[in-house]
Amino acid sequence: MKNPVFLGALTVASLVAGAAAAATLDDVKSRGKLNCGTNTGLVGFAAPDANGDWQGFDVALCRAVAAAVLGDQSAVEFVPTTGKTRFTALASGEIDILARNTTWTFSRDVDLKFTFVGVNYYDGQGFIVPKSLGVSSAKELDGATVCIQTGTTTELNLADFFRVNNISYEPVPIETSAEAQQQYLAGACDAYTTDASGLAATRATFEDPTAHVILPEIISKEPLGPLVRHGDDDWADVVRWTLNALIAAEEYGVTSANIDELVANPTSNPEINRLLGTEGDLGAMLGLPADWAVKAIKAGGNYGELFEKYIGQSTPIGLARGLNAQWTEGGLLYAPPFR
Amino acid sequence: MADLTFVRHEMVPEQAPPATSVGPRGWLRENLFSSPLNAILTLLSLGLIWWVLSHALPWIVLSSWTASSLGECREQIAAAHGEGTTGACWAVIRERYLQLLFGFYPSDLYWRPLLAFGLALLALAPVLFTALPRRLLWLSAAAPFVVPWLLWGGSVWVPVCVALGFGLGLAALRVVSAAAGGLAGVIAAGVVPVLWWLFLAWVAAGLLQAILPFGITPVESRAFGGFMLSITIGLVAITLSLPIGIVLALGRQSNLLIIKAICVGFIEFIRGVPLITLLFVASLLLNYFMPPGTNFDIILRVIIMVTLFASAYMAEVIRGGLAALPRGQYEAADALGLDYWKAQRLIVMPQALKISIPGIVSTFIGVFKDTTLVSIIGLLDPLGFSNSIRANAEWNGVVWELYGFIAALFFVFCFSMSRYSMYLERKLRTENR
Repeated sequence: MKNPVFLGALTVASLVAGAAAAATLDDVKSRGKLNCGTNTGLVGFAAPDANGDWQGFDVALCRAVAAAVLGDQSAVEFVPTTGKTRFTALASGEIDILARNTTWTFSRDVDLKFTFVGVNYYDGQGFIVPKSLGVSSAKELDGATVCIQTGTTTELNLADFFRVNNISYEPVPIETSAEAQQQYLAGACDAYTTDASGLAATRATFEDPTAHVILPEIISKEPLGPLVRHGDDDWADVVRWTLNALIAAEEYGVTSANIDELVANPTSNPEINRLLGTEGDLGAMLGLPADWAVKAIKAGGNYGELFEKYIGQSTPIGLARGLNAQWTEGGLLYAPPFR
Repeated sequence: MADLTFVRHEMVPEQAPPATSVGPRGWLRENLFSSPLNAILTLLSLGLIWWVLSHALPWIVLSSWTASSLGECREQIAAAHGEGTTGACWAVIRERYLQLLFGFYPSDLYWRPLLAFGLALLALAPVLFTALPRRLLWLSAAAPFVVPWLLWGGSVWVPVCVALGFGLGLAALRVVSAAAGGLAGVIAAGVVPVLWWLFLAWVAAGLLQAILPFGITPVESRAFGGFMLSITIGLVAITLSLPIGIVLALGRQSNLLIIKAICVGFIEFIRGVPLITLLFVASLLLNYFMPPGTNFDIILRVIIMVTLFASAYMAEVIRGGLAALPRGQYEAADALGLDYWKAQRLIVMPQALKISIPGIVSTFIGVFKDTTLVSIIGLLDPLGFSNSIRANAEWNGVVWELYGFIAALFFVFCFSMSRYSMYLERKLRTENR
């Protein structure tokens, strides 16, 4: 993705495509299905289960958007995309929304003409090493061999980190995370680096997870979020506020369990009432029914419920909330007011 | 004078051969230990086989079939065979083999791809085995329309109308040739069906469907996956690449400048570009060239690209066969007064194709295996699916079992193709040896 000619072509083409297919919301409604670009497979974020239904944290967001727009969380056509095909799939209109753990960066937002509507997971790059290596900080990795996926931002972050700390390393390029796990276990590299969520998922698969440690240093910022095409702000609003509704629902204690009760007997908290459409007309402003947020939350639960279900402490991945806690609990999740 | 001459009156009874040259011992001696060097090599090979099997067999046998996750697999194996045993977790195959075979195809419709591929094999049979009754060839003619209809479903009138295009082409050939000469006939036979397919066929199919509705549940291309996807792409590319390759090879040898230039240009361009590039063009660039909103099926795009790729290689394989034919064969055909097509059909092609069989089949096998490249553009072929299955928290970390299963299935397909080519070579061996 470093080729300027390619990026230029992509930009021109996405401008054309963006201008031609502006009213995504109307398209989705008339089609009756949401086309959601997702990962071909990433533990916790997107994977088909034994029945062929897609499950995961990113997938759940698409289902919530489908529920909000179409009233049916199963009205989603999942389009598996790879790291190479994801941006063209979105720019060309093949998909309406890309929820594929994509890092929000300047060039993707500005140069590739996409709109990141928010962040659904704050990630960062870390290292995993065998305990027997006796390393407790990434700064002690001088001269180490490091397994790294090629062609990703993690490769560049790694080079930056070692340069800043003035230590050397030897990269072992690998293509997929499955290959990385095998190489790392076979001892082809001293350390394996990728997003911390990926490291946790990888460690969970080892026969003896306790023999490996994830080092405390997080060497990059990886705000992962859903994105849509530039130039269709109405549609971007729908996706942005669906995500915000899930986050706000957790903040206000609205869960998939008590939401019916809250709709039937509106509380004295006007913010919750506006969110759930029992007061005001926020839905109509988006061009959606009044109960859009109710449908979105009922699809899989609020943000916290989704987190616990797919990647939280109760799952094999076992991620702590960390940065992804509500702002009231020391995290970065901060939904703007529903007013 | 004593008569000392000895005349044997009866045959010496046959003696058993020495014990070292018969039975298992003789076989061993002749085949495995015929010289010190061979003896050493035999022992080394046996050692290697033992080493591989002693590592692989316990892993394959001391396995778990019933677990529902990798962790549970490990627990079951440890419980059954002792702590520290490493065994295969075949449970992942038991849970997901249908996905690896059919992808997301609706499970109540599995009979359709099975029937479609069965039909395709049946349709290929009379082409492949000349001993079968010729009447089966009608099935071969119908299969190209019935098989896609079974796979994708929808109105029965679409394949009927597409097939009608060929009928129209034939009719145009007859009528126009009679009225305005041969060349005009050929041009009409090419133009009429294309016009029909582009503008009228869909309208006609829609009308017929409205009048006499008959169809089966449509299945979107997105639902295709696993081996079904590989076989669909491979089957179409293999069956189409041979005729297209023959035409290209003949075109390359043609005396007509433009035809020759087009064929050479096509072959060299396609052969000069990696398949993966063509697949990227199919999946990404074509989206931009087409007006927004057009939905040109991704699998169809990929099939077209793979077919073009295979055809270019096939053309060169067949050109090799043509080049191997002695000049005398062409001249003999001319001497018999055969026209170009008759000479090709009766004299040149049967010999050239026979020479090319090993090359043709190895191109087929290569194409079939190349279908796994589609995982790079996000289509879930068996390899792509193995990645998706590993993305489940339960099965994250399962590698060898999935790859082993996929490799075994690919081996079955490729090995049978290879055996068929050997059968064909034996059958067609007509020259004296």
